[in-house]
Amino acid sequence: MNQQASVGNAMMPDTVVSSGVGGMYGEKAGGPVDFSYVGIDAILEQMRRKAMKQGFELNIMVVGQSGLGKSTLMNTLFKSKVSRKSVLATAQEKIPKTVEIKSISHDIEEKGVRMKLTVIDTPGFGDQINNENCWQPIMKFINDQYEAYLQEEININRKKRIPDSRVHCCIYFIPPTGHCLRPLDVEFMRRLSKVVNIVPVIAKADTLTLEERDFFKKKIREELQANGIDVYPQKEFDEDAEDRMINEKIREMIPFAVVGSDQEYQVNGRRLLGRKTKWGTIEVENIAHCEFAYLRDLLIRTHMQNIKDITSSIHYEMYRVRRLNENNTAVAHTNGLPEHHLTAHEM
Amino acid sequence: MASSDVARQPDKGVRPLNLAGHVGFDSLPDQLVNKSIYQGFCFNILCIGETGIGKSTLMDTLFNTNFENFESSHFEPQVKLRAQTYDLQESNVRLRLTVVNTVGFGDQMNKQESYQPVVDYIDRQFESYLQEELKIKRSLHNYHDSRVHACLYFISPSGHSLKSLDLVTMKKLDSKVNIIPVIAKADTISKSELHKFKIKIMSELVSNGVQIYQFPLDDETVAKVNTTMNGHLPFAVVGSTEEVSVGNKMVKARQYPWGVVQVENENHCDFVKLREMLICVNMEDLREQTHTRHYELYRRCKLEEMGFKDTDPECKPVSLQQTYEAKRQEFLLELQRREDEMRQMFVQRVKEKEAELKDAERELQSRFEQLKRLHADEKAQLEEKKRLLDEDQSSFSKRRAAAQLLQAQSLTANGKKDKDRKNSGFM
Repeated sequence: MNQQASVGNAMMPDTVVSSGVGGMYGEKAGGPVDFSYVGIDAILEQMRRKAMKQGFELNIMVVGQSGLGKSTLMNTLFKSKVSRKSVLATAQEKIPKTVEIKSISHDIEEKGVRMKLTVIDTPGFGDQINNENCWQPIMKFINDQYEAYLQEEININRKKRIPDSRVHCCIYFIPPTGHCLRPLDVEFMRRLSKVVNIVPVIAKADTLTLEERDFFKKKIREELQANGIDVYPQKEFDEDAEDRMINEKIREMIPFAVVGSDQEYQVNGRRLLGRKTKWGTIEVENIAHCEFAYLRDLLIRTHMQNIKDITSSIHYEMYRVRRLNENNTAVAHTNGLPEHHLTAHEM
Repeated sequence: MASSDVARQPDKGVRPLNLAGHVGFDSLPDQLVNKSIYQGFCFNILCIGETGIGKSTLMDTLFNTNFENFESSHFEPQVKLRAQTYDLQESNVRLRLTVVNTVGFGDQMNKQESYQPVVDYIDRQFESYLQEELKIKRSLHNYHDSRVHACLYFISPSGHSLKSLDLVTMKKLDSKVNIIPVIAKADTISKSELHKFKIKIMSELVSNGVQIYQFPLDDETVAKVNTTMNGHLPFAVVGSTEEVSVGNKMVKARQYPWGVVQVENENHCDFVKLREMLICVNMEDLREQTHTRHYELYRRCKLEEMGFKDTDPECKPVSLQQTYEAKRQEFLLELQRREDEMRQMFVQRVKEKEAELKDAERELQSRFEQLKRLHADEKAQLEEKKRLLDEDQSSFSKRRAAAQLLQAQSLTANGKKDKDRKNSGFM
């Protein structure tokens, strides 16, 4: 039995029905009806419906020393008490002796779009006297999530929708020293930028003046480049020229200098989120004051899908390749077969 | 395609939360849609039907374009499938459409195996997707999905019932692909006959346990439309790309002496319903069903056939990976064994050949020796003869020399007196 597949380019006479609504019945739309309309673009609407029905998932991890305002920033980003501290009403939390990973999930909904948001907290990071290897539990956690997804994916009887617990985005809080990155920051970001999307932010940015802030940011960018650290949005994953343009603008602004707050104050007759001090009120969503709005737009309004895509199609795939190759070499060595023997027989 | 999705029931331990203001993630569906626009869509339709029943014409009419079509002969010895891929675009949506037609279906005298090439084709597409999914370095996002999303089964408008070929084929395909039966060339059936025909077909399908594709009812926005359409199955369609003027418009129609059958007139045929259901309302669902139901079933069967199994998460799970590794080890050992076997056989053969050659060599050697000896013997004989000859020659020359000497002596001794006596003596 033979078959030929020839790719022809039949361009359709692409005219859209006069009314803005995708007229499914030619007779319904008023006026001159265009019978050359097929209805292929109705698939967009079908996709949107399907997405709304299924809902979305997002897993964000926050990493930074205690006291940098991680929980507050999360609450500000999602305009509700999503952080762990707000949920578990423990008055005094002791700084744990090792880095712990604690996650908490919420179901939030906005205009019909449902999302399961998981915030993963890492208390104890960078708080010990000896902070060597404090990224290890975090790295292990991230890899464990990839592992769980992989295990489910290679099952024979697998679930219809594999629950996605992979960390999509890791927000790293840099303390506002104003000088440069500390060795801990460099080490952490260097290691983790290879497995997860890292978005560095300068925490508590209201302690820096604008000049200090710009200097600090420039210094950080230089150090990131010098150490070969690729933070989100990574240069190598830009899809086309338009993408690159948008992302270059973002890359010129990272790390975002943010201020978080979940308290509202009256400013100029409006109620705004801010921090009130004796010398003025810092408006969180005012881009003249801090860059919170840019962070929020990047993370949520424009690049959220892209962040999830990079996690699933690049970071997860890299983990999968490593893992599957690992098995080969392990098995090969136990059997005394040379490694090149096996890589040639990729299934 | 489905990457991060969530179960519809809220998980335990996940609390619902109210937002105090506008966060902005309601743009997520838009982000998703934009990404899909960027990537483009893929849709594959398989048309099964007898030669000349109108498959190509219907495709042309559905997608409003002229695909390259060849008229097939009725003398194909076997059923074949012809797949053609096209890139279509409507507003900003790019669609990669693959139309697969059967060639020679229903033409053979013996139609027992007619369904097999179709089943094989569908399985082959699943197989190549499975292979891609199991690769170590894979690129699922760029993969051109060739799995069949919808199968239009063209029923002959006999007006009576389904043919046994139809039943057999549909039964074989219903667990592999979404089947949408259509009644072809519906302008040959009158309205009342059509109604009875449809009922007969549906009851036959049900009584034979054929699971055709049901338009989904779980989404409220389209449930009503889908329920109505489910009641109109199978769609009676007429295809035509020719335009006829009716009133003051040009419409796609078929012109007969007794009237004009308008393709897009719902009173004349169900073409518009088919187009709406297939493309405008349920294309995404067709793709999803193919991926989550038919493909998963294929994958499960294939992997179980290859000997993999899951155990429940209580005991140590025998993961796919481990079984795969075990299989690979087995395979490699087998490979090694075969290699050794072949090597041994080779060595064996070499030895044999060597022995043979040695024998031949020895034989040659002995013959050579023999010849040499013969040669030497002959040579010796000849030497002997030569020696004898030489002896003879030398004795002869001695005698001649002696005789000559004698002659010379007698000549000088006797002088004139003996001249006469010598002359008479020697003559």
